[in-house]
Amino acid sequence: MTSVVELESVNVRYAKNWALRDVTASFPSGAVGLLGPNGAGKSTLIKSVLGLVAPERGQMRVLGLDVSRSPLQIRSRIGYMPESDAHFPQMNAVSFVAYCGELSGLPRADAMQRAHEVLYYVGLGEARYRTIDQYSTGMKQRIKLAQALVHDPDLLFLDEPTNGMDPKGRDEMLELIRDIAHNKGLNLILSSHLLPDVEFACDHVVVMDKGTIATAGPIEGLKGPGGRVFEMRIKGDSDRFVGVLRSAGLECHATDEDIMRVFVPDDRGAPFLFQLASQEQVQVRHLRASVPTLEDVFAKAVGEK
Amino acid sequence: MPIHDQGYRRYGGKRAPHGRAWWIIARTHMFAALKFKSFIILLLASWLPFVARGVQIYLSSSFQQVAMLAATAQTFRDFLDQQGLFVFLVTIALGGAIADDRRANALQLYLSKPLTRTEYIIGRLAPVLACLLGVTFLPAILLLLLQVAFSGSTAFLSQNVFLVPAITLVSLTQSLLSACTILALSSLSKSRRFVSVMYAGIIFFTAAMYQVLRAITGSRAWAAISPGDMMDVVADAVFRIRSTPPVPVFVAALVIAVLIAVSIWILERKVRPVEIVA
Repeated sequence: MTSVVELESVNVRYAKNWALRDVTASFPSGAVGLLGPNGAGKSTLIKSVLGLVAPERGQMRVLGLDVSRSPLQIRSRIGYMPESDAHFPQMNAVSFVAYCGELSGLPRADAMQRAHEVLYYVGLGEARYRTIDQYSTGMKQRIKLAQALVHDPDLLFLDEPTNGMDPKGRDEMLELIRDIAHNKGLNLILSSHLLPDVEFACDHVVVMDKGTIATAGPIEGLKGPGGRVFEMRIKGDSDRFVGVLRSAGLECHATDEDIMRVFVPDDRGAPFLFQLASQEQVQVRHLRASVPTLEDVFAKAVGEK
Repeated sequence: MPIHDQGYRRYGGKRAPHGRAWWIIARTHMFAALKFKSFIILLLASWLPFVARGVQIYLSSSFQQVAMLAATAQTFRDFLDQQGLFVFLVTIALGGAIADDRRANALQLYLSKPLTRTEYIIGRLAPVLACLLGVTFLPAILLLLLQVAFSGSTAFLSQNVFLVPAITLVSLTQSLLSACTILALSSLSKSRRFVSVMYAGIIFFTAAMYQVLRAITGSRAWAAISPGDMMDVVADAVFRIRSTPPVPVFVAALVIAVLIAVSIWILERKVRPVEIVA
């Protein structure tokens, strides 16, 4: 599988703070999730790849082109949807998207035609003559996607595309992203701190934490085979029991509502958990075999308890 | 099959080479400004002095009784001086573009497209410069042509051939200074109104300070703090007007050059897609 983005020992610093530390990663073609908590360095990584932030050290290649040598060629082949609200003032949607198309190298007439098409595609067809200042948050997210798509890029960078959207709008945005990646033949890198978003839309994931790559690979591969993860709730000293589980070679992390997710690395399964609980005299109130999720991958990668 | 496919389609058409983005930005900025009636009225009003001067030239060329109104080099210098008000107003009207972009986070959008920061700045500078030249250079040169047309001879032009480069140089310097200054201020703020106030402050406050310091110290050299007065010194010299400048011409030219250079330096520092706070 070819890589659309390759980074080698990339270091980025804002004043005295290192945002990226010796990052080496490869983003395969298709839909790749860039996952990590806030402040992990996801946006900085995207801005570095776009050439908006200059790294102190390291090399980056996008679509086979060196970022430091061919930034304009790269930017003409990529689309960028920034995290924060961003638009050109006093423009209606269709003018804004067409303007972005022209800036990306499309002839004026083609840019206007594609602006109409892309606005219909992202669900803003009926609102395309309204000025963007009047748009809701969800509509602003959609228009940012439209401006990133208008020139038909080979690679899309989407930075927190579902931020501020209501559940329905979020689902629609994720459907769009999934459609772009799986049916329209565009490569995309989806940066998000929301695991379900990445899990829904992407096939691969790169997990970042504190400016470094925590783990990377196909989502299915990282999740591993099913049946080895158990949801468990106990009555008793949960901290002590977690210690016991860990000393028995099991990985364990807590989720909401006192439920812990326990990784059993071999075929010992549920009876072993009951046996440990019995030994420690804690009551098992809930035990259910579960499918490994991206949340488990994320928790393991960033070392959450 | 639908009559019109509203899904996403790949684009197989031509793409323009890099390097023309500044023109797209400038053109769009210009059309956006021309959507405002008040701006069109301002541009039209800025040509009223041209009409008045045109009538003056016509009368002096046609009627001996008013020959004292005949145009001289001083006429063109005075005309450019009078246009200073419109230069100020047009600069204010167009100058907040970068502040608007900063407020709307548009810089990161612009600079994620295949264009350089220099192209962006030129794209923002060009409409301001074009409009300022449109209220200084263009009417002044047309007045010169009117003089030739109404007098029916090129005698005035051949006797004052320096007027063509003088008009060009003064108009260009004045326009470049105003455009660079307002854009530099614009890059420092997210408020168009604040930019206008700052610009007015630079023009009027420095002139007032010069007068105050001159009254206190008795030295005219304080004129160096006032860009408007420095522009007058340079313009008088270029138009060969006999006067006693408060500072030597080279000092005035240096002050203007430094102001333009500082403005460009500020633009280079502040027009960035990512604002880094140390």
